[in-house]
Amino acid sequence: MALIDWSKITLTDPPQMPREVLRELKKGIDGTFREFSRGYGEAIENFFHPLLMFLKWFQDLLIETPWPLILVILGALSWWGSRSWKMVVGTVVAFLFIGWLDMWEDTMATLAIVSVATLLCIAIGIPIGILMARSDRVQAMILPVLDIMQTIPSFVYLIPVVMLLGIGKVPGLLAVMIYAIPPIVRLTNLGIRLVDKEVLEAADAFGSSYWQKLFQVQIPLALPNIFAGVNQTIMMALSMVVIAAMIGVPGLGVPVLRAVSNQYLALGVMNGLAIVAIAIIFDRVSQAFGKRLQKHREGEHGA
Amino acid sequence: MPDLKIKISDLYKIFGSNGAAHIDKVRNGVGKTELLEKHGHVLGLQNINIDIFAGRIQVIMGLSGSGKSTLIRHINRLIEPTTGQIMIDGKDVLSMSASELLHFRRFDASMVFQKFALLPHRTVLANTTYGLSMQGIEQSEAEKRASHWLERVGLAGFEDRFPAQLSGGMQQRVGLARALATDADILLMDEAFSALDPLIRADMQGILLDLQSELHKTIVFITHDLDEALRIGDDIAILRDGNLVQQGSSQDIVLNPADDYVADFTKDINRARVLTLGTLSHQEPSVDGIALDSALTLEQAMNDLAASEKEAITVTKDGQMIGQVTMRDMIYAASRVKAGDGDTVTYR
Ligand SMILES: Nc1ncnc2c1ncn2[C@@H]1O[C@H](COP(=O)(O)OP(=O)(O)OP(=O)(O)O)[C@@H](O)[C@H]1O
Ligand SMILES: [Mg+2]
Repeated sequence: MALIDWSKITLTDPPQMPREVLRELKKGIDGTFREFSRGYGEAIENFFHPLLMFLKWFQDLLIETPWPLILVILGALSWWGSRSWKMVVGTVVAFLFIGWLDMWEDTMATLAIVSVATLLCIAIGIPIGILMARSDRVQAMILPVLDIMQTIPSFVYLIPVVMLLGIGKVPGLLAVMIYAIPPIVRLTNLGIRLVDKEVLEAADAFGSSYWQKLFQVQIPLALPNIFAGVNQTIMMALSMVVIAAMIGVPGLGVPVLRAVSNQYLALGVMNGLAIVAIAIIFDRVSQAFGKRLQKHREGEHGA
Repeated sequence: MPDLKIKISDLYKIFGSNGAAHIDKVRNGVGKTELLEKHGHVLGLQNINIDIFAGRIQVIMGLSGSGKSTLIRHINRLIEPTTGQIMIDGKDVLSMSASELLHFRRFDASMVFQKFALLPHRTVLANTTYGLSMQGIEQSEAEKRASHWLERVGLAGFEDRFPAQLSGGMQQRVGLARALATDADILLMDEAFSALDPLIRADMQGILLDLQSELHKTIVFITHDLDEALRIGDDIAILRDGNLVQQGSSQDIVLNPADDYVADFTKDINRARVLTLGTLSHQEPSVDGIALDSALTLEQAMNDLAASEKEAITVTKDGQMIGQVTMRDMIYAASRVKAGDGDTVTYR
């Protein structure tokens, strides 16, 4: 079987695989993957079952919690992060507005999936970043994977995810995480690699073990960078809300999709702006928090 | 003679992918440039043999790139040698297991760094307790000891500041307090004062000498500044291209430099401030001289002699007369002119 169809080559047609061969190849790959998902799909689904339960529980919790309590919690979080009354008032007003425009439930669902996705990205991404910082070989292996994860159109990886897990919250969560995890990994790696060599040497000279050095020196000093990664991860997770809605994740993305297919301008704009409002609040609060982490770097020379 | 504390023998360090493969070439006289150009390896140290004694300040001098930092980092094994032996208190540092090495670094040797290397996210107090917490000392006790040392280096009241809020001199005091707090016998100081202004530097040298007069640690002090070396060093070793070219007291180095490289170091110093009567003393004690102690520098002695109307100095040590020094001897010695008289010293 020839791999190139010589008869088809012209100045405008580059060498091509014979059509049947190409068709067989694609069919083969699809068949194998379908086989795989038929064989292991259920096992994988079972593996993710606790995650699904947790997501459901957390989302219900947010939706069923009395709204004044949610406002108090959000206000407190915003104060804890930014130490600014303006931010607190802004947060509360924004969420009141969201409720007033009948988007409360969808917003809670979105908050649930974004927080769970972010927490999982942190829990998985930081250790990977630490491993990368430790070894140039690991870094050389993982960097291209991160590049692919960030550049490949999300619809492309939705296909295998949906084939494996179907439509629902878990595949949606995975899709969000694939897109949102690279910054936290990258910035953890970068932050740890940027730690001053002499400071590390000092830690060694005083007899720090590997773990002591990691937790008492490297991670604390990398924290501002790690935190910039968390901030970006949150932003990217939020930007996936609409795509996640396509594979069955509830939240603000769902009305946006409905608005697109039915040409409901107001509905689309309102939900879109709600996502923007959440993004701005999260961004400002987490950046203010990140700045506060670096406070010790401010010099007031001379004393 | 004080006890031998650190003994380094036959130490070689060749940086590069396979340093060990080039050891024989270096032993057979292949130099730093040739090793780099022909074999792509950097010669860090070669054939280092040095004895460092307990309670003394051993200065190691040399130009930039001569291997000073490399040598001092071998003592606590921050750098592994290509071959050689390092004995501390009779124990072989190179055969220590990972946990023995941690123990050694926690309890037996501490270090002060050129760029301070403080933890920027910790307060002055928390920086000073770092070594103590590595030793497993409980927090409140560690803070008590750390405060004591901060006070000793003149930083009482600054405990809650962050390093970035302090001047360079103050940051290095924190570095010194952190190192002293662990109570280790050995203090390694890699150009600890080089980043400081001259006045602050003199200040820090004073603090170090004061502390040393009561602590009697074994200090390995790296510098590229001869004035600093002469002020604080009991013994001085000079490194050139990874080679120890001369070891001795400050008097030896100034009076008898081993080669032009060493002579170059010493050419700009005020010899009258370094050389002492004891070094110059020769011949029978004259009966007629003024009696002066052997530890006196020539500068002071010349002054005293000129003020007395006598012709010579009778040098004494512990009240015993040990020899004589004339004004002529002192002028020759101070001005680097080679003089013919006397058979114990020749001056350059
Ligand atoms: N990790 C390394 N890899 C390769 N070469 C090195 C390494 N560390 C040091 N060297 C080389 O070893 C030699 C000695 O370096 P070292 O840092 O000990 O010099 P130094 O006397 O401390 O100089 P300075 O006064 O500039 O601090 C230099 O030629 C340097 O380039
Ligand atoms: Mg150096």
